[in-house]
Amino acid sequence: MLQVVCIKQVPDTETRVKVAGDGRTLDPAGVTWVMNPFDEFAVEGALQVKEKAGAGEVVVISLGGAGVQTTLRNSLAMGADRAIHLKNETASPDSLSVAKALAAAIKELNPQLVWLGKSASDDDAAQVGPMLSELLGLPCVTVAASFALEGTTAKVEREIEGGREQIEVPLPAVITCDKGLNQPRYPSLKGIMAAKKKTIEERATDLGSAHVELVALELPPARAAGRIVGEGAAAVSELVRALREDAKVI
Amino acid sequence: MSILVFVEQRDGQVRSVSREALGQATALAATFGGPVVAVCCAAADPGLAALGEAGAEQVLFAQHEAFASYDGAGYAAAVAAAIASVNPKVVLFAGSSMGRDLAPRVAAKVDAGLATDCTALVVDGGKLVATRPVYAGKALQKVSFPGAVALATLRPKAFAAPEAQAGKTAAVSALAFTWDASAPRAKVTAVVGASGGKVDLTEAEAIVAGGRGMKGPEHFAMLEELAGVLGASVGASRAVVDAGWRGHGEQVGQTGKTVSPKLYIAVGISGAIQHLAGMSSSRCIVAINKDPEAPIFKVADYGIVGDLFEVLPALTAAIKQLH
Ligand SMILES: Cc1cc2nc3c(=O)[nH]c(=O)nc-3n(C[C@H](O)[C@H](O)[C@H](O)COP(=O)(O)OP(=O)(O)OC[C@H]3O[C@@H](n4cnc5c(N)ncnc54)[C@H](O)[C@@H]3O)c2cc1C
Ligand SMILES: Cc1cc2nc3c(=O)[nH]c(=O)nc-3n(C[C@H](O)[C@H](O)[C@H](O)COP(=O)(O)OP(=O)(O)OC[C@H]3O[C@@H](n4cnc5c(N)ncnc54)[C@H](O)[C@@H]3O)c2cc1C
Repeated sequence: MLQVVCIKQVPDTETRVKVAGDGRTLDPAGVTWVMNPFDEFAVEGALQVKEKAGAGEVVVISLGGAGVQTTLRNSLAMGADRAIHLKNETASPDSLSVAKALAAAIKELNPQLVWLGKSASDDDAAQVGPMLSELLGLPCVTVAASFALEGTTAKVEREIEGGREQIEVPLPAVITCDKGLNQPRYPSLKGIMAAKKKTIEERATDLGSAHVELVALELPPARAAGRIVGEGAAAVSELVRALREDAKVI
Repeated sequence: MSILVFVEQRDGQVRSVSREALGQATALAATFGGPVVAVCCAAADPGLAALGEAGAEQVLFAQHEAFASYDGAGYAAAVAAAIASVNPKVVLFAGSSMGRDLAPRVAAKVDAGLATDCTALVVDGGKLVATRPVYAGKALQKVSFPGAVALATLRPKAFAAPEAQAGKTAAVSALAFTWDASAPRAKVTAVVGASGGKVDLTEAEAIVAGGRGMKGPEHFAMLEELAGVLGASVGASRAVVDAGWRGHGEQVGQTGKTVSPKLYIAVGISGAIQHLAGMSSSRCIVAINKDPEAPIFKVADYGIVGDLFEVLPALTAAIKQLH
């Protein structure tokens, strides 16, 4: 069975955010790029399904500039079989345009499972997975916290406010992954060597017109300086007074 | 130019996050000049006429027996039909687990732009501009929408619920939509309560969160006691969740939940950037930490430097005395 994993390359979470000269985007100078943390769970999920079945193919796909090949290579080192790089250098595609480009590439692969992260850790849009499912006409479970395949039905759990939904979804399906779904593996030395021989197919990709326009990227207003009300248990009475009388939150 | 609001219900109860969306819709309607229309998917009417009290003038009721539990594809078909029918300028969803799943599906169906997890919506020169935190809260992105209709999900607790207009009712009518429930779909087979009916972190008015400084799972009883007297929910840092002391559902931060309570008390949490990403939009932040240099004090409104094992019991006792 063929599975697809969609991977986004994002700035490392420790990145210092500097607004670029255009006032609308991130200044890329000095940014370290990594695989979106949630996509690691997606790669691991696909690899586990393949290993359990003892056969199949895992295709990873990423849309972005030349840099995304490092991240694709990394997922090949984890164990994915081959990669597709949808080449697009423009810095500002919106989620729906990205989903459309991914859908077009994925359709012809005819996968049984399409894996994504629940959201990208840079702009945290959490849009691409459910959009992709509508565009592909496939059922979808977002924010999966557990996953078990029984025949051609997946049993998935997702967290909702105050509980968990247990869901059954027939394949083919789209799954977006939450932290905790599994424990993503580190690439082994053997995996890293093997990845060098795997192919990354490049395809020029056009994104069409955007559905969302960037107006500005701004640094958030600094929180008004707080104060240390005191040390140890002796400070508790002043804290309680301040919460009650000044902040009015208790 | 109407404003459409997706109103969510679970178990026959309209959820309070939808009232926050209705409140914001009323504010937008004042500028765009249109009525506020709600659309709700359910198996049976959860008392939709009462949405008038929260500002809805009309309610479109999408009824289907399969809507006793959430169905993303079915709900999306219904909301897309509502959009085609009322032709709104803006469509608002709560940024709840349901809204986050549903809004992108609808956006793909109607080919419209969507801004998720918004913390502010303003109208600038006749155009809607949405503000949303990005890069782990280290920046704010402002976006606008070139298309005819704009979709947005609202961060829970970032928008105030409107004062109820007692006795006001909305006109409820049935929404016609087509959806084939027999096609392959993701079916909810059960909903199990993991947090025993407690308020979810994302919707809590107050949160008491513990970090590695708590030293072990057994000490969280102290936090729970403080949470109990405050009517708060318990949260945790990732260090605590990864150590297995608390469940993933309690993790606050970039890879956990984003919360905006009125009061957030961080106990034995250092304040790593990934943790701040999930809680820095809280209204009032209190930090209790023995290290005066801990970064959490930079975002805290009030801090106590000290040993949490002394401060916590004293705080719980002091708050008990208030009641
Ligand atoms: C107007 C505008 C300007 C923007 N400008 C910038 C910018 O300057 N720099 C920048 O970095 N971003 C920018 N973005 C955001 C970003 O490039 C797209 O929104 C993004 O590629 C779509 O993914 P997401 O973050 O919305 O994904 P989400 O929906 O949050 O991601 C969910 C999952 O979708 C999959 N996925 C997402 N994107 C890709 C991808 N490209 N390839 C393969 N799989 C993917 C992954 O599995 C991911 O875990 C901009 C967005 C807008 C709307
Ligand atoms: C990709 C990525 C995503 C991440 N996502 C998240 C996330 O979603 N949420 C999250 O929280 N973290 C996240 N992290 C982890 C984050 O970087 C920190 O490691 C984590 O938040 C630290 O947890 P902590 O504050 O509990 O522990 P520590 O940093 O170890 O802090 C413990 C604090 O307790 C104090 N302390 C100790 N004993 C006492 C005492 N007796 N009395 C009072 N104070 C005491 C110490 O002074 C210290 O400040 C992420 C990291 C990465 C790389």
